Amino acid sequence: MKARYLVPLGIFIVLVVFLGIGLTLNPRDVPSVLINKKAPEFSLPDLFDENRVVSSESMKGKVWLLNVWGTWCPECWREHGFLMYLKGEGVPIVGIDWRDESAEAKKMLAQEGNPFLAVGVDPESKAIMDWGVYGAPETFLIDKEGFIRWKYAGGLNAELWRTELKPLMDQLEGS
Amino acid sequence: MIPEIGHIALILALCMSLAQSFFPLVGAHKGIPSWVALAKPAARANLLFVLVAYGCLTYSFLVHDFSVAYVAQNSNTKLPTLYQISGVWGAHEGSLLFWALTLSVWTAAVSFFSRSVPDVMVARVLGVMGLVTVGFLLFMLLTSNPFDRLLNPPMEGRELNPLLQDPGLAIHPPMLYMGYVGFSVAFAFAIAAMLGGRLDAAWARWSRPWTNVAWVFLTLGIALGSWWAYYELGWGGWWFWDPVENASFMPWIVGTALMHSLAVTEKRGAFKAWTVLLAIFAFSLSLLGTFLVRSGVLTSVHAFATDPARGVFILMFLGVVIGGSLMLYSWRANQIKSTVKFDLVSRETALLMNNVILVVTACSILLGTLYPLLLDALGAGKISVGPPYFNSVFVPLTVPLAILVGVGALMRWKQDDAALLFKKVWIYLVVSIVLGLLLPAVFAPTYSFGAALGVGLAIWVLLTSFNWLLDRASGGRGLLQVIRNTPRGAWGMLCGHSGVAIFIIGVSLTSIYSVEKDVRVEAGQSYNLGGYDFLFHGVENFRGPNYQGARGTIEIFKDGEPVTTVYPEKRNYTTGMPMTEAGIDAGLTRDLFVALGEPLGDSGAWALRLYHKPFIRWIWLGGIFMALGGLLAASDQRYFRLARKARLAAADQVTAGAA
Amino acid sequence: MKARHKRLGFVLAGLVGLGLATWLVMNALENNLSYFFSPTEVAGNKAPKDHVFRLGGLVQPGSLQRGQELTIRFTVTDNAHNVNVAYTGILPDLFQEGQGVIAQGRMGADGVFVADEVLAKHDENYMPPEVADALQKSHNAATGAN
Repeated sequence: MKARYLVPLGIFIVLVVFLGIGLTLNPRDVPSVLINKKAPEFSLPDLFDENRVVSSESMKGKVWLLNVWGTWCPECWREHGFLMYLKGEGVPIVGIDWRDESAEAKKMLAQEGNPFLAVGVDPESKAIMDWGVYGAPETFLIDKEGFIRWKYAGGLNAELWRTELKPLMDQLEGS
Repeated sequence: MIPEIGHIALILALCMSLAQSFFPLVGAHKGIPSWVALAKPAARANLLFVLVAYGCLTYSFLVHDFSVAYVAQNSNTKLPTLYQISGVWGAHEGSLLFWALTLSVWTAAVSFFSRSVPDVMVARVLGVMGLVTVGFLLFMLLTSNPFDRLLNPPMEGRELNPLLQDPGLAIHPPMLYMGYVGFSVAFAFAIAAMLGGRLDAAWARWSRPWTNVAWVFLTLGIALGSWWAYYELGWGGWWFWDPVENASFMPWIVGTALMHSLAVTEKRGAFKAWTVLLAIFAFSLSLLGTFLVRSGVLTSVHAFATDPARGVFILMFLGVVIGGSLMLYSWRANQIKSTVKFDLVSRETALLMNNVILVVTACSILLGTLYPLLLDALGAGKISVGPPYFNSVFVPLTVPLAILVGVGALMRWKQDDAALLFKKVWIYLVVSIVLGLLLPAVFAPTYSFGAALGVGLAIWVLLTSFNWLLDRASGGRGLLQVIRNTPRGAWGMLCGHSGVAIFIIGVSLTSIYSVEKDVRVEAGQSYNLGGYDFLFHGVENFRGPNYQGARGTIEIFKDGEPVTTVYPEKRNYTTGMPMTEAGIDAGLTRDLFVALGEPLGDSGAWALRLYHKPFIRWIWLGGIFMALGGLLAASDQRYFRLARKARLAAADQVTAGAA
Repeated sequence: MKARHKRLGFVLAGLVGLGLATWLVMNALENNLSYFFSPTEVAGNKAPKDHVFRLGGLVQPGSLQRGQELTIRFTVTDNAHNVNVAYTGILPDLFQEGQGVIAQGRMGADGVFVADEVLAKHDENYMPPEVADALQKSHNAATGAN
């Protein structure tokens, strides 16, 4: 066998290795400056009752998730089913309905089920800015002392829950 | 019910394609005629099942079955029917199904139109294509099933991205896919030839028309995409070196090399190993394009799905298909003995050099596309490789390529006399140089050597292509008779190369002489650009079916005479998405393009973006000519004659074998 | 021409061609890469002073100033640091306060980033409300502002 006919194969193998490494990198995985910082305070009107207020204050002493979503975001629809599962697991989730029509949001929750303890509406990105959110869905994990311990940009899924979120939550619950 | 039928049809199609690859390949290897004979019916049955699946998905779109997740995510009841149908291939799952359908169509076409090819060969070709089909169907069934149901179906689906609600974009992906996937035929022929151990000129002859047709589709697809980007993105650009564009451009370049290399292999029996490699490359790049676009490894405007699991699957698939074929290549290629000799001064050499330049171009584009990924993988930081890189590599490579296009067309096969050749063409050389230098000086507002180079090259390509026709006429026959006797293949070459010349003129003049300007104008104010006066009459608001719009009125004058009036728009769709609709006045020698910016202050002033783009239409015109050339070449009667001859020869062989 | 000479001719031509192509590519890569920096990195003086780079982050709400003229000023933030940006021209459709943005340009002496190109951020799966950003071409995730 002449070596020169192996050259294309060799080049291809190198390429595959690089593509493989590329795949393992999450292009969105740039650590938030907020990790391990005190979570920004927010207080927003409640989706179902304008006179009530949803705030981070009320979650003190709990390990909880903050989920930013909107009905305009297809990934949020996809993620929704899993949030319902998390609710079943007893995970406290607070939602922020971002830049959305309240009527649409209520319709979606009525249709698909409501996984949230409470939903704050943020049509003008007031609270969102402090959290450094660029898009939806995005989820933060906040510990008992009100520090952000974890965040994920994109739809949550079973694998993420199993490998990252659940172990971390268990650990934070324990402390 | 219908979606379930579609799902089952997909599974059946998978079974069919498994049969289509296993029995013929093994049968051909072991010499079992009944297994070989299974290839064609299996391929056709496979098409049938994929068609059923595709029909089911289209049906679900048309009846607004939002219990199907894919339908709910990509359409709604208010969407016009055309976009219901194009919505089927508008996103990840459906576009995969469309890809599989295209592959099945090509496969079935091979099963119908290759009666001249020996059965064993056809069986192997269909078997290889079946393997590729298996990969795609598995990918779909395992990671991206378009028929997945929603537990709580919504009453109304999602708004389709307004950017995609455009007839240009509705037909652009099918064209591209036909091209991409069409290269699988050449690929399958090459693999089948290697499996059979018969790497002679025959496989090249059989796969030539297929390759040409695939290339035509790809050419049209790319040209359409470029045209769409030009008028729809409101940015005035016609090519962005976006990774997704590159993903279609790389197979095109290698496909071009393959077309020419196949010609040499068929006619002269040279470059056998190289042609096989090109066939593998062209299809590999098509697959790689899919990988890049679908896995989200490189995210871009067009990349609509990002899911690591899918990426892993495609990477494995790539590894098996490309790695496997390259392994086969390294094993088989050294058995090829190229006995054909050719001189340094010959058409073979010119074509070889052309091939090398094309492949180098494709490699440099590949490098530019993957470079950010490479650096990221090495942890060297996040970078971007922008259009300047591609331009500064692509342009210098194109110049020798264009010169060689002319030289190659002039030279004789096997051996030519350099001195004689020069005597024949020095006049063309002089004409091209003189005209190239003169024309911009006479017609252009400012002199540019770039424009001179572009025009000179284009004239050179044109003259040398037509020289061939004159050459034949000089043999004592009348020009008319020559024209009548010239085979379609030669016309194809002429037409395709003219397309290259037109394209070169379009690209060089547009990129050099285009002027663009962002300006602030108040109603009644006028701005002069490129010799035209753009008079702004103001903006009025209006309501569209699903958007709020602002429409500007700009009257354009040249030397005081009104030329045209354009109405650029700015729309705010109810989904909250803003869009710019440019006002374009198209022309053969120039486009006038106006895009509406934002209102400035309270005085009724607006920001406008104005363009004067000379000869931009020639870019797409060149593409059309090239495609036409490819079509002419593919329809050459020679193939049909050869097909008949081969059939007779095969029949002879059979009777001889039986005797 | 002798066979040996011919072979030598091919090899030489090939080598020269390959060398030229390599030089072209290296040269082009050298000159045309643009690196990506966040406002924090700019504040930390990590960004080049005299070279074009890409700045990415969020457009600080309330920072956008449109004047009577075409020059637009806004602030890009990553919630840790801010960089002031000036841009003359028409902003892309999807440019909005509170949204991601990438600006390409260089730092001016006065600490204002002078952009010659502004791209609004878009990533289909991780989706801001405005779906398709046609103007944000390529590399947005790789250089992404997140």
